[in-house]
Amino acid sequence: MTSPAPAADLARAVRSGSRSAADVLDGYLAAIDADEEEIHAFNLVTAGSARTRADEIDRRVADGEDPGLLAGVPVALKDNLCTRGVATTCSSRILEGWLPPYDATVVVRLRQAGAVVVGKTNMDEFAMGSSTEASAFGPTRNPHDRGRVPGGSSGGSAAAVAAGFAPVALGSDTGGSIRQPAALCGVVGMKPTYGTVSRYGLVAFASSLDQIGPLATTVADAALLFDVIGGHDPLDSTSLDRPTPRALSVLDDGVGGMRVGVLTEFMEGASPDVVARVREAAGALAAAGARVEEVSVPVVTLGLSAYYLIAPGEASSNLARYDGVRYGLRVDADDIVAMNTATRSEGFGAEVKRRIMLGTYVLSAGYMDAYYNQALRVRTRIIEGFDAAYRSCDVLLGPTTPTTAFPLGEKTGDPLTMYLSDVCTIPSNLAGHPAISVPFGAGDDGLPIGVQLLGPALSESTLFKVAAVVEAAAPESPAPAGGGRS
Amino acid sequence: MKPGWEMVIGLEVHCELKTRTKLFCGCPNEFGDQPNTNVCPVCLGLPGSLPVLNQKAVELAMAIGTALNCQIRPSTFHRKNYFYPDQAKDYQISQYDEPLNVHGHLDLPDGSTVGIERAHMEEDTGKTTHAGASGRIHGADYSLVDYNRSGVPLVEIVSAPDIRTADQARAYATELRAILVASGASDGKMEEGSMRVDANVSVRRSASDPFGTRCEIKNLNSVRSLGRAIEYEADRQIALLESGGTVEQQTRHWDEGEGRTVALRSKEEAYDYRYFLEPDLVPLVPDAEWIQAVSDTMGILPAARRARLVELLEEGGESTATRADQVATVVDLGLDDLVLAAVAAGVGAGLALARTANEAATDPPAARQIGPRSYVALLTMEADGSLTATQAKAVLGEMLAAGGGDPAAIAAARGFEAMSEDSLVATVAEAVAAHPDEWGRYRDGEDKLAGFFTGLVMKATKGQADGKAINAELRRLRS
Amino acid sequence: MTDRPARLTRDEVAHVAALARLELTAEELDLFTGQLAQVLDHAADVSSLDLAGVAPTAHAMAVTNVLRPDEVRPGLDRPEVLAQAPSVEDDRFRVPRILGDAP
Repeated sequence: MTSPAPAADLARAVRSGSRSAADVLDGYLAAIDADEEEIHAFNLVTAGSARTRADEIDRRVADGEDPGLLAGVPVALKDNLCTRGVATTCSSRILEGWLPPYDATVVVRLRQAGAVVVGKTNMDEFAMGSSTEASAFGPTRNPHDRGRVPGGSSGGSAAAVAAGFAPVALGSDTGGSIRQPAALCGVVGMKPTYGTVSRYGLVAFASSLDQIGPLATTVADAALLFDVIGGHDPLDSTSLDRPTPRALSVLDDGVGGMRVGVLTEFMEGASPDVVARVREAAGALAAAGARVEEVSVPVVTLGLSAYYLIAPGEASSNLARYDGVRYGLRVDADDIVAMNTATRSEGFGAEVKRRIMLGTYVLSAGYMDAYYNQALRVRTRIIEGFDAAYRSCDVLLGPTTPTTAFPLGEKTGDPLTMYLSDVCTIPSNLAGHPAISVPFGAGDDGLPIGVQLLGPALSESTLFKVAAVVEAAAPESPAPAGGGRS
Repeated sequence: MKPGWEMVIGLEVHCELKTRTKLFCGCPNEFGDQPNTNVCPVCLGLPGSLPVLNQKAVELAMAIGTALNCQIRPSTFHRKNYFYPDQAKDYQISQYDEPLNVHGHLDLPDGSTVGIERAHMEEDTGKTTHAGASGRIHGADYSLVDYNRSGVPLVEIVSAPDIRTADQARAYATELRAILVASGASDGKMEEGSMRVDANVSVRRSASDPFGTRCEIKNLNSVRSLGRAIEYEADRQIALLESGGTVEQQTRHWDEGEGRTVALRSKEEAYDYRYFLEPDLVPLVPDAEWIQAVSDTMGILPAARRARLVELLEEGGESTATRADQVATVVDLGLDDLVLAAVAAGVGAGLALARTANEAATDPPAARQIGPRSYVALLTMEADGSLTATQAKAVLGEMLAAGGGDPAAIAAARGFEAMSEDSLVATVAEAVAAHPDEWGRYRDGEDKLAGFFTGLVMKATKGQADGKAINAELRRLRS
Repeated sequence: MTDRPARLTRDEVAHVAALARLELTAEELDLFTGQLAQVLDHAADVSSLDLAGVAPTAHAMAVTNVLRPDEVRPGLDRPEVLAQAPSVEDDRFRVPRILGDAP
């Protein structure tokens, strides 16, 4: 089975006129037709508008225009990114059928770069989850083993790329929601430095942690997407007003002389085959000229607990607006309080309700200092821990997630077990640091494994550079079973 | 107010800032537009929207802080979480434990001072109208929400509980309003809702007692209502306590029609707002330069303007004690520039003040339209004797009605000229001769008959004679 | 400050659900109480730490004074906004009876 062409190649072909955007799109739509029914990566496939858009791109090329760096490239968008006039549900009943009257900034930038939006992908409801099983519209299946989860919450985006439904996708990452599904599906997934990609138009889950990032089949494509969507946005007060690190241009610089730290605490909880892959990746980096050593950052083990106090707290406030008044679901009742309650009780799934209540509790009078504020102090300690590590290392290396993809239904009965999938990814969100998951071979069960590279704030150039070397050294990645390709 | 009791008042004033756009988005900050036409993802709280702070709103908030002698300090924003349909995000972005302005004070014209605990920034809510017989919440079948006002910038000014009488509360509200207008921050229209006052009222037997339980009074739409409501509430609490009851901590609504406060809800169980730092905004850290720049561009405050007029009176050897009301009126109506212009041109401060406070004040917009040049020309004609007081008032009346005009031309058109000395003496002599009995009584010491003769002479000369000159002539004749 | 709070009770969960405008069945109340208590037990390793003197980090990136000019920007068309509303009357959002003033 041929691997799909990277987005960068497609864009080059379309811009030069050697391939039409329509033709590129048709290939991916055919793949979707063949396999989407089983995989269920999408909540909505926007074939019609994609075709219109592809035709427009082709016309512009014919007119001698350059449509942009992503000309004709099909992109799948996680369904928590606002797309004007196109349903944006966050995989929740409470937003079923909601048509945003505006586009997210990243969507505007993709369009300006000539990209073709091919659909809105499935996710855990409001981005709360690690398996995409908490979607109100049914789970997404891992293309490598349809009885298993794709990871979450950007499971639909990861599966879409893995299944060849689109060469690239956008997801969001609050505690690992891009990287973990990327690892489980055998694709590249990256979370940028907090503030480098505008959150305007990303439906908020936990505001101080959320970031939008790319999923792709190659590191170079992820870098290309990052370059296109990143950069200051005056509509987002937390958007950094400084030059964004450029990723694509430095990709081939190599890792000679670089210092890589293998993060002890992440290795400790992972399964043996995951650990083995990470060690192999470490070996490859050493062979490429990096200095590799073990590094211990003990405080990262507190990340999970701190996260499950901070994120639900912010989420409980961010999700208060879903009250049946201005948009979305309304369940009628005699008075406003009853209407709010009936709407939210019917519209939200169990995981969302759990987190809202947990968040409301940790913020409430009497508990805020012991829980929420305390978690913010732990966050300070985690940042200090990373800062100390980065005095002797340029990047850190470890697993993305402790295991390979687990079977559908295995962890849904026990929320705490599900939360443990995020131990390796959460600390980067708390620190606001960038991190990337690169596919690196398979587990004993033949399922994809991803290794994770972490860097200090604004170190994307370095991170991508190292990721490119890891990618080049990776063993043959498992190809998803079934499905067509373009 | 019953003797043996003292009332303790704190006032919370919400002031809408006079910016072009809302606090966190570029929607117009306009009163009265068609419902839901000044909205966007941010002020509607749509999923994915984010707030960005309005620089002008910050500057106006800093101006208020400066005008109230506050310490302006680094501040942060917090979310105040509660469900309500006019609250688009079901939380309000406000300031909590790190507000912009703290530890200020407001000096009142009567010389007393009221502490200002804080003046912080927050966003306004949308507006709800209730469909039902009374138009009020209770008994309404359903409600309608307009988000045009959602996100409008507010500054909430919280006074210390230093106010002790209803009059003082009224004076505070009046002076604060004048300050808000003078600093450019607000148009201070209580009736339009751009300045909203809530009163916290409690009573105690003496100043050495601890504060009593307080009630918050809302729905005060004018300074007059404020005073009436405070007096009612203090009396209500006293009556309750004297009959052996206790005051429950409550929010009460002032019913202007009925003239009483009515309990809305009990404040015993304080709502848990779960304040936490707003993650979508960053801290505000104004540096000394910025604070100074804001202070430099502010207009002159009312207290300073009043002091200037008092200074002019003192320099002119005029009594200031009896003129306090005139000074307050002139500053309050924004007509002090006219007084300053007149005095600079050589008109006496007392005359300039009196004419402005009594006559020009009847139509301040027209007075401003007349403009300093013509206004000063008129006052000069009175000051140098070309016109009598009566004549000057008549000419000014005509100028106000017309919104302008040349005083000399108007005076000439009305036939006003100063009476010649001979003509005045002759007319007074005629009046005296015609009324020998009254003249006899005046000559014997009944001074008040001077008014009788003045009236006759005025009538005979159609107001052209100068009252002072008539009196002087009568006295001369008598001596 | 680092006293460990008592274990989460059913009543507290019910209170918090009401605060969040959520209605739970009796079974859900039991289930959630158990699950949330478990999560909080796990979070006890945070609440029991002695972190006196450590400043909380609310924002990972230390930025201040992000402001925008006081200039009008285009908003939304009313029809597009109201088209998404569950209930509209007189160009306003219609809601059922509001029981009292805002808290």
